[in-house]
Amino acid sequence: MNDKVRVSNLNMTFVSDRLERHVTALDDINLSIDTGEFVCLLGPSGCGKTTLLNLIAGFLLPTSGSILVDGTAITGPGPERGMVFQEYGIFPWFTVAQNIAFGPRMRGASKQEQEEIVNHYVDLVHLKGFEHHYPGELSGGMKQRVSIARSLANGPDMLLMDEPFGALDAMTRETMQEELLRIWEMDKKTCVFVTHSIGEAVYLADRIVILSAHPGRVKDIVSVDLERLRNRSSAEYFDLYRHVDTILRQEMARSRDQEQVEEV
Amino acid sequence: MATDDSSQELKNGRSKALPRSRRPELLYTLASLAGFFIVWHLSVSAGWVSEFFLPGPERVFRLMIKMAADGSLFVHIAVSLARVAGGFLLAVLVAIPLGMLIGLWRPMFHLVDPWIELVRPIPPIAWIPLAILWLGLGEESKVAIIMYGAFFPIILNTISGFHGVERVHIWAALSLGVSKQKIFWHIILRSALPRIVVGLRLGAGMAFIVLVAAELILANSGLGFLIQDGRFQLMTEQIMVGIVTIGILGYFINKGLLWLESKWIPYRVTLDQGT
Repeated sequence: MNDKVRVSNLNMTFVSDRLERHVTALDDINLSIDTGEFVCLLGPSGCGKTTLLNLIAGFLLPTSGSILVDGTAITGPGPERGMVFQEYGIFPWFTVAQNIAFGPRMRGASKQEQEEIVNHYVDLVHLKGFEHHYPGELSGGMKQRVSIARSLANGPDMLLMDEPFGALDAMTRETMQEELLRIWEMDKKTCVFVTHSIGEAVYLADRIVILSAHPGRVKDIVSVDLERLRNRSSAEYFDLYRHVDTILRQEMARSRDQEQVEEV
Repeated sequence: MATDDSSQELKNGRSKALPRSRRPELLYTLASLAGFFIVWHLSVSAGWVSEFFLPGPERVFRLMIKMAADGSLFVHIAVSLARVAGGFLLAVLVAIPLGMLIGLWRPMFHLVDPWIELVRPIPPIAWIPLAILWLGLGEESKVAIIMYGAFFPIILNTISGFHGVERVHIWAALSLGVSKQKIFWHIILRSALPRIVVGLRLGAGMAFIVLVAAELILANSGLGFLIQDGRFQLMTEQIMVGIVTIGILGYFINKGLLWLESKWIPYRVTLDQGT
């Protein structure tokens, strides 16, 4: 089996206290992700893309259907699936070095091993000189570098990223996308990346999974066969951007109409 | 590269925040203190107020130095601090474990929270008659009153410390493969700690504030006694010595606790300072 992740007939329903009814977040999702593939989950807010990622991470368990990672059903979070959160999720009470070494330290790595790991990953994400800073002293971009380094330092074989650059300004965001690709190119770990930015998805992904909202369904899957690093102002890039944009706009118009019908 | 920009930004931010501002602050403090003493001194020496109602600073400090020289001042301080420490420690011993239980376990919150909210508005002084009735006129009733005062800031901040543990931090640790037990020690406790430390500082402050009330219950030593005794003997200087000593002690205790807090919690945290 070459699939790294196999999602079959996946349904996810929440009970919403506010609306006092069941909300279907994901409806019959089928998706397979190859080993070493970079997949972006793209969709409007409320399409369940983060829910799908949290299910793959094992933070949530599906209402029905299955998710297999390396052929094994997921029962909870695990160190082989590294997670990078939008709100960073780094520990404010630890320094940069302590954050990066946390996973290995908890597994009983020696002081020396931890030091080597920290040195390696601090280098990799360009945070040399900031090892002993606390997260509160870092900019958003730097925090996200720590978060990525902490995930990688734990030696996962895939990376799950939940709008990791969503809170960054446009310039920092583009730099971080380039940095992420540079790191990803080194060992091509399978990467599932949630975003609501079309540009980000077209720039990063091998395949873009477009989700529709209310309920979340796979609307379309677009392959991006462009050489990396991609030129953000090339005609091919722009064509793909427009193609994805058209699909999303149709989808948003549809879900808006549907909401109006529901409210009547 | 973004690192360069942000590192620059960071360095600038630091140089702006730290050393320059220290000196004027100290000057303002000294000027304010000096101004106060000058006005105090002048208003008495010029005869605007009677020495009986407000003795001048010289007389108050003369008595203070005399009491320091014969050691009696330090006995009063030691007795009071022992009461504060006793009440505070008892409050800590009950409030932190209970607060943790309430903060981590919802049913416990719903069981205990109504009682906290019902009892909390009752001021320590209101308990004095019952404290005497139940615990007598000895140390127990005083320590109990102080404990009562210190208890609420500590438990409320402990609860909110545990309620404030962020899901993303627990999820992050889980996805790093960290066990539940280690998550408790390294994530949950560490998240709650800054808030607990704030609770301890506010609790210690409360213990000190409640002290005088507690020493109104028949005491023959302590700073509250000094004030009471001065009142009965119509010795205004002695009342003032008690008040000034409490003020100075409280100031240094708070500074000390703030310093401890910055040692324990060296990273920046944003807390809305409750209670």
